[in-house]
This record gives sequence, structure tokens and C-alpha cells, in this order.
Amino acid sequence: MLESRYHAGRRHRLCLPLLLGMFAFANTGLAATLEIGIQGEPASLDTAKIGGTTWENDVLGDLFEGLVTLDPSGEYVPGAASSWDVSDDGKVYTFHLRDDANWSDGEPVISVDFVLAFQRLFDPANGAVYASLFYPIRGAKAHTKGNTDAPDLGVEAVDAKTLKITLDQPTPYFPTLLAHIAASPVPSHLVEQFGNDWTQMDHIATNGAFTPTSWVSHDHIAARKNAEFHAADDVALDGVDYYPVEDRSAGLQRFRAGGLDIVRDFSPDRYQWLQQNLPDAVHLAPQLANYYFALNQRDGHPTADKRVREALNLAIRRDVIANQIMGDVVTPASGFVPGGVSHYDAQTMPGLDQDTESRAAKAKALLEDAGYGPDHPLELTLRYSTTEANKRIAVALAAMWKPLGVETQLINAEGAVHYAELAAGNFDVGRGSWVADFDDASNFLGILQSDSPKNYGGYQSDAFDQLMNQASHETDMDARQQLLEQAERQALSDYAVAPIYVDVSRNLVNPKLDGWKDNALNRHLSRYLQEREQ
Amino acid sequence: MTSESKPYSGEQAHAAPLPAGGPNPPRSPEPEAGVAPVGESLAKDAWRRLSQNRAAMVSLGLLIAIIVVCIVGPWLLPWGLAEVDWNAFGTGPTLENAHYLGTDANGRDLLTRTLYGGRISLSVALVASFVSLVIGVLYGAISGYLGGRVDNYMMRFVDIMYSLPFMFLVILLMVVFGRNIFLIYAAIGAVEWLDMARIVRGQTLALKRREFIEAAHALGVRDTKIVTRHLIPNAIGPVIIYVTLTVPKVILLESFLSFLGLGVQEPLTSWGVLISEGVDMMESAPWMLLVPSIFLAITLFCLNFLGDGLRDALDPRTR
Amino acid sequence: MLIYTLKRLLQAIPTLLIVITISFFLMRVAPGGPFDGERQLPPEIEANLMAAYHLDEPLPMQYLRYMGNLLQGDFGPSFKYKDFSVTELIAQGFPVSLEIGGLAILLALLVGLPLGIAAAIKRNSTVDYVVMGTALTGIAVPNFVLAPIFALVFGVLLGWLPAGGWNGGALPNLVLPVVALSIQQIAYIARMMRASMIEVLGSHFIRTARAKGLNEGEVIWRHAIRPALLPVMSYLGPAIAGIITGSVVIEQIFGIPGIGRYFVQGALNRDYTLVMGTVVFYGVLIVLMNLIVDLLYSALDPQIRYDD
Repeated sequence: MLESRYHAGRRHRLCLPLLLGMFAFANTGLAATLEIGIQGEPASLDTAKIGGTTWENDVLGDLFEGLVTLDPSGEYVPGAASSWDVSDDGKVYTFHLRDDANWSDGEPVISVDFVLAFQRLFDPANGAVYASLFYPIRGAKAHTKGNTDAPDLGVEAVDAKTLKITLDQPTPYFPTLLAHIAASPVPSHLVEQFGNDWTQMDHIATNGAFTPTSWVSHDHIAARKNAEFHAADDVALDGVDYYPVEDRSAGLQRFRAGGLDIVRDFSPDRYQWLQQNLPDAVHLAPQLANYYFALNQRDGHPTADKRVREALNLAIRRDVIANQIMGDVVTPASGFVPGGVSHYDAQTMPGLDQDTESRAAKAKALLEDAGYGPDHPLELTLRYSTTEANKRIAVALAAMWKPLGVETQLINAEGAVHYAELAAGNFDVGRGSWVADFDDASNFLGILQSDSPKNYGGYQSDAFDQLMNQASHETDMDARQQLLEQAERQALSDYAVAPIYVDVSRNLVNPKLDGWKDNALNRHLSRYLQEREQ
Repeated sequence: MTSESKPYSGEQAHAAPLPAGGPNPPRSPEPEAGVAPVGESLAKDAWRRLSQNRAAMVSLGLLIAIIVVCIVGPWLLPWGLAEVDWNAFGTGPTLENAHYLGTDANGRDLLTRTLYGGRISLSVALVASFVSLVIGVLYGAISGYLGGRVDNYMMRFVDIMYSLPFMFLVILLMVVFGRNIFLIYAAIGAVEWLDMARIVRGQTLALKRREFIEAAHALGVRDTKIVTRHLIPNAIGPVIIYVTLTVPKVILLESFLSFLGLGVQEPLTSWGVLISEGVDMMESAPWMLLVPSIFLAITLFCLNFLGDGLRDALDPRTR
Repeated sequence: MLIYTLKRLLQAIPTLLIVITISFFLMRVAPGGPFDGERQLPPEIEANLMAAYHLDEPLPMQYLRYMGNLLQGDFGPSFKYKDFSVTELIAQGFPVSLEIGGLAILLALLVGLPLGIAAAIKRNSTVDYVVMGTALTGIAVPNFVLAPIFALVFGVLLGWLPAGGWNGGALPNLVLPVVALSIQQIAYIARMMRASMIEVLGSHFIRTARAKGLNEGEVIWRHAIRPALLPVMSYLGPAIAGIITGSVVIEQIFGIPGIGRYFVQGALNRDYTLVMGTVVFYGVLIVLMNLIVDLLYSALDPQIRYDD
């Protein structure tokens, strides 16, 4: 009797490990195909049609390679161009394309591919969102506007492997612009044949490390390794699948279940839980992105008064927002341009270094000075777009301003309406944010220029505009840095906006992956990733 | 009056026609010998029968209790709707600081917000359900009763209303009426009456051929009275049940709209909004999900039993 | 009946035309446009985009242009998902929603109808309470709570099923979304069927049937079921149309590429062509489903006629 029971137990004990082993194997998710959860569905694979979102960076960054590309640490390195020369006046760039750069269908990458790409970017018929990023190129703005007397576009194919780009003014950060996905080449041989349909899956060709094979809308984009890529030998993965996961919680669950190897964002609320439960997988890194509230300075708004703007800024407890509300994930901001931008030192808004009580007292005094008091309370409308985090910050701000006697009306609107209202100036305090397109302070400060469409608050300062203008003509990087920093100090002392925090990139990465390096641009090309040897 | 004496033909035999009040008038108490029987109104009889249903009475009591607590409770609690406790972000239920059921992720007292949320959810549910009930029942009964081309056009109108993009309807209402909670009532009511109308119309189509309706015709009862006093009371059963199903739909629809920025604005909240905030914190702060969910669940359970009870009480046929 | 059906189908055309026209102009009332977003565009680029999509033309002209294309079967490109036309998006997404929704409805009918009938027959017994209790959970627990709980428990903690993703419609990926979607429907169908059965079982002709000595089985199945199904059918018509066009919540939480999200996302993105595509599609479904239900009415109750 005993014997048979022992044998029976033995059988069962073998089954369980086998079963578990099967599940473990099935849940690995890592073959040589990487499964990435991106934040949304790309609008297009055509650079002239993309909408300007970070997830398009993720996909197009893997599929296409521009003249300049990024290394794993987010540093700019030569890409499709092996080298380039700059003229003495800083306005003419001559790029020498790699000899071994080919499209996935075998055709060589030639300079005409870049010329055509830029032409399409500035073609009014396409309405390309990123055209304005490349306005430094001669004739770009005029072409986009559809001017008939526009000068020739400053992008020229000298020969098959030499490209000449002429700028209107010396733009020292120009090479970094070229790493943007909007500067990717297009396969001119396909565009000639298929026109705007060149991105269809049955004939698309790309020059990056991967080529797409299928696209099921809102399900996934499947890509396989591009054998014709010039660095194909260094690419360890066989393929990449991109899954749009708009719901952050759902993305997290799929990661935990092994269905996704990388998830490109998670909700800040979950950070502490993740730190405790999945510490090896969580990646938090400072990002070149800010989060701020525009303050409406047009007539008729209480925020047009500088004292009000200063008071509001002083009363915000940014540490509480960063720590309690955003779960310690982000860093409180002291200025508008986030720290970490190259050739730039972060600036501090005057008065923020005082302690909480003195700031509160000063804020009260300023509001009284401006004519507000218990019988004439300051009434503000605060607009934000619909996300959970935005809501919580808006609620916290209202609560922080309440002791000053400020009555804040909170208006939550869906994205399109929110930005439409901001652009129309229907707000006192409006939520905004900016993720850097390229690593330079001017990308942020340009928002505050009086002619910028993103200048929701209508900030107008001749001093600021002048300094920015000067900086755009300055070739010496140090001198330029001084000018830009001065400009920001001007804007901060005018309390042009209410900066809240510096954003942080939040990624979940399967610990079995090698090659991931956190960087401030939050760009992580899949060509550098590989599965660790078991 | 033909009744059970009609030969059974294997197909559906039809209810015996009787005068006013449908096929079976409410039973009145047994008459004493020699004394004329005292009739009982439909409402009184219904109430009597309902009060004998224990589950329904308990539910009614609980519902009233919840409504009262939601109205009065916030006045008695120390924390305000939008008041932030800077020391207690997302903490659990505790006796200190009077955060009896914990705080939400913004440091506001959860119990207080749940009660305020109850005010919104319950009032939206009440108004929207009532609107959809009244419009839907009348529309459906009239459409089904009149039949023919009128019914056809009325139902095609319903088809059109179903097909219109709801989100844009709400946005339009917002543009016209501004940010008003009544807008939510209007939007939701505008959508929910459609189902009700179709259900009632279906019932009416089946009922109007019954002999008791023909008899009422023959007696010269006016159309409006036929619809209101004969058709609707007999169709009321599934309608009541459907109302109890409409209420949760309405509450959740309101939270969906608010989440998109088309409904109540912060700091106002509702159970649906609280629940959706709580889902994200399910694993780290479960009370944020549990507290509003329990309130909602209890309300819906009570509504359910009450609905069953009402249906039984108002059904002229059961005893 | 045939003539009636044909008449209704013909009437579908003006009905749909009215829906399309109202929706077209209704959409434009909403503030904000397809190109308002976080990246505020320089005026020249915005002007280019508006021109490229003919949004700068006067509205009646845009309407005529749209109707002209529609009559040729062209729903236009999506404003937001520029590599796909609206037809492609709906053609890709609808089979997915249909599969999930169809299975959910099937499951709901297979489970809900018998439960409701059983509860009505054994009224106020344990069976009744158990059935109603379960149904209540389906009503009281919203979809957006149930679905994440399923994903967490079965996907992450137990690991029995994938926590999300479509995977071409593989069976393991279907289970959680279908069950989550059907639970609410089971509850609704069971409740309505029970109430309806109780009504019918209390009516005179059932009393007659019983008095005649028919056994209970015959009474229920041959006589009570059909009229009892009537209100459930009324509810199911639009409900089926709604479910097979996808549930936004289920699709979002389980990452299912159906068309449900387009109804909401389309509106939020002001993707006018996509919204119109979904409106037409949904409108056709509603008209069809309501027609089918109306035809079923007269199948269930021969006294219902439409030809007065």
C-alpha cells in the first residue's frame, strides 16, 4: 500500500514542474522578435504625413535612417551619411552618403532620395506637420506657404552620393535636426512608381534596420530585419512587432503576463508598486520634456497683471506635485527649459528658492497689491486636457491657490477642444507641455516668441524676441548659450508661464534585454537591442 | 363575454375580455354579506401588495437610506469635497484624521467624495431614467397603438436617432446649453428612451389585438384612455424591469461622458468617475475601487429587488 | 410579409440619407477640428492641410463632394490614420468586432435565456435567487472594472490566458474579451426573460392550457416561450447592433483591433470621414436589426400584423 502511494505521488510531482515549465516557456515573449508596446497608433509611415507623436518616433526610427542617427545613449552619430563638411559661414552643408547604404529592396540610397523627401515635406499639397522644423533650410518656409516667387529649395543632389543643403542662417544645431524622423529619405524609385501609395505593405522599402511586413490597424505593425541595412551584421534581432497600447494599465498587464517585452510608458501612479515588484524592469530617466501652464497675458484676463502671475507661481508647491501627485516620478521644474539640454544650464525662476511660508506671504501681498481681497476674490479659469494626471495636478493647483483667496474654475476638455480653446485664448491658466524635437534650448524657448503659434499665453516681450533673434544668428556656441540663457531669464522674471515639472521617460524593459540605455531624448533604436545569452 | 368556454384550438387562446382595468381587475377585499363592496384603486392595491414583499421593502428602505446619507452626510463629515489633506495622499481607511474610508490619490477624503458622487449619480439616474421612461413609454405606446404608417414613420425616426453619432450629440448639447449638469441628463435621456420606446411598442403591438381592447373600443372608450388606462398598465411589467436595467447604464454612461470632459467637472464627481479612478489603483489602493463600487452595487441590488416587487405589485394578472 | 420586408428595405434608403445628412452637419458644430492638437501648427501648414482635405470649401460644397464620393462607394481617407482609407479601417476592424461580439451574444443567449426561464419557473426558490444574484453581479459590476480584473487574474496572476492582444484571433485571445463582454448581456437577458416569463405564465391562456391538462413542459415550451421572447427581442435588436460594432472598453483593455474605438476616437479626433463611415455602417446595421426584430415579432405572435 505504502509503495503504491509513493509511486503515485512521484508521478504527480513530475507533472507539475513540466506544466510550469511549459507555461514559463510560453510566456517568455522573447524569441528573436521584439514585442514593443507603443503609446498609440502611428498616423502614417510616410514622413510627409506623420502627426508628430513619440510613438511615430519609435516605429519610423527603426524603419528609416536619416543622414544623422542616434547611438544607444542618445548621442548624434553619422547615419546614412558617413561624413559632412560645413562651409565657413555655417550655411552650406555637404553630406557624403555611405557607399553601402541600400534600401530593403536592394536599390542604393542616393541623394535624390533626400531631395525628394524634403520637397514632399515642404509641398503645400501634403500639409506636412514637421515642415516648420526645417525652416532653417533656404526656401523652405516660402515653399510651404506656396509662394510662387519662392527661392529654390536649398536641398540639392550634387551627385548620386553627395547632398548639399543650404541654410538661410548658420544653425549650429542643424545636424541634430537631421536625426529627426521627418528628415528620413524616401525611396524615390518607389515614389515615382506609386506616388503617395509607396508605403503600402506589398511594395514598401525602407533603409533602416527593419522593414515592415504587415500592418493591421490598431493591432500591430510587424517588421523584420532588413538584410540590406549597412550595419545588418550588428543587428541581433530577427524582427520587431509594434503594438499600440493606449491604455497604460492594459499595457502593464500585458508586460507582466509576458506578452510584451517593452512598454514605452506606464502610469506614474504605478511607479511605487513597480519599484517594489518589478525593480529590474522599470526605467525612469530625465527627459527633455517639460510640463507647464500657460498664463494668458492678453487684455481682459487677470493673469495679464504681472503681480498675479508672480503670486500664482510662488504659491505652487512643485515638490508636492512631483512627489505626492506624480508619485516621485518627475522632477520639480524651476525654469522653462529642462535641465539636460546640451550647451545649456537650467535657469531658475526668481523667488522659487525661498521657503514655503515666505513665498505664500509674498504671494498674498502681491495679490493684495493687485487689488484682490476677500471682497474681490481673484477668479480664474483653468483648462486642462483629459488625462488622469492632468486632472490631479489641476485639482492640486486649485487647492494650492485657495488659501490666497483664489477661486479656480476647472474646465476639462478633450484634446482637440482643449488646444483649440488655448489657441483662441479662451482661458486664464492653460495646461501645456513640450517634448523636445531636437536637443537644443531654442526648441523650447521658441514657444515663447511672440509669433509662435504655440505661444498660447500671448507673451510679448521685445527684449525676449530680440535676444532670440540674436541667438539665431550666432555661430559661436558659447555666445549663443549666453544669449539663450539671458532670454529665458527675461521670460522667467516676467513670469510668462508657470512651469511645473520636468518630465521623465517611463519605460518597462524586460530584464533579459541587453543594449538599452536610458537617455534624455527617450529614443531607443531596436537595432541596438539583443536578448541576453541564457 | 366569451372566456374559458372558448374551445382550445391548439394556438394561443386569448385572455377573456373584461371591462376597465385590463383583463383582470384588481382584487378587492371579500365583501361582507349585504354590504356593497368597496373598490380599491390600482395604486392602493399595488402599494398593499408591494408592502407585503419583504425583499422589496428592505430594498426601498435601503435606497431611501442611501439617498438620505448622500444628501445629509456631507454636512456631517469634517472634510470638504475639494479639500486636500496634504499629509494623506492615497492612504487607507483609518480612524485618525477622520478619513474613515481612506483618501483618494489627490488627498481628498474618499467617503465625502463618494457621498457627493452619490448625489450626482443618483440624481442623473433618477432624472434620466424618468425622462426615458415617460418619453419612451408614451412614444412606444402611441406608435404601436396607431400602427400602420404612423408607426412606420415613428419607428424610422427612432432608427435615425439610434444611428446618429452620440458623442457629437453630446457636444452639440454642450455648445448650446453650456456646462450644465442638466445637459448630461438631457443627453442621456435622449438616448435611453429609444430602447424603452421599442420595448413598449413591441408590447403594444401584441396587446392591441386582444379582445379586451376591442371591447373597450366597442364600449366607446376614447383612444387616449385606451392607451393610458389599458395598454400601458398591461405593458408595464417588462418596462419596470428595463428601468432597473437602465439605471446602471445611465450611471456608467454619465461617468464615461465625464471622463471625456463632457460631463461633470472637477471638483464634482460621481460614482462612475470614482470607480474608474479606482480601477487604475486596484492593486495599490484597493479601497479607492471598493468604496464607490460597494455603494453602487448596493444601490443597484436594491433597485433590482424593488423593481421585481413593483412589477409583481402592478401586474394585474398575478395575485 | 415579403412585400412588407421589401417596403422596409426601400425605406432604409431615405432613412440612411437623413442620418448621413444630419450627422455630416452635426459634426461640424463641434468646436475644434481634425488638426487641433498638442502641436499647434503654423498658419501656413494648417492652411495647407485644410486645403488638402477640402475643408476650406463652403460646407454645402463639402457635403455634395462627400455624397458624390459616397455614391461611388468611396468613404474617403481617414483624416488621422493617413495610410488607411475609411473602408479599409472598417473592413479590417469589423470582422474582429463581429467575432467577439457575435460570440458574446451567442454565449449570452445560450446562458441567459435558460437561466431566465428557469428562474421564472422556479420562482422564489433557491434557483431563482442564485440566478438573480449572479445576474445582479453582471449588472452591478461595470465593464471597465470587470475587464481589468479578468486581465489581472487570468492573464497576469494565473497566466492561463493572454492578458491582451488579438494575435490574429487565436482562441486563447478570444476567451477573456468574449466572456467579459457577455457577462453583462447574460445578466440583462436573464432578467428580462425572467420578468417576461413570469408575466406570460400568469396570463389567462396559460391557465387555460394547464386547465386542459397539458403537462408543464408543453405549456412552457409550446405556449409560454414565444410571447415571453417579445420584449427580449425588442431589447436585443439594437443591443446586437451595438455589440457587434464593438465595445470601446473591451477593445481598449484587451487591445482588440475592432471598430468600437472608432466611434469614440473618431469623434475625439474630429476624424470626420471616419465618423461618417461608422455612422453609415452602424445605421445600416440598426435598420437591419430593427427590421429583423419586427419580422420576428409577427413570427412570435401571429396577431401582430403590419398591414393596417
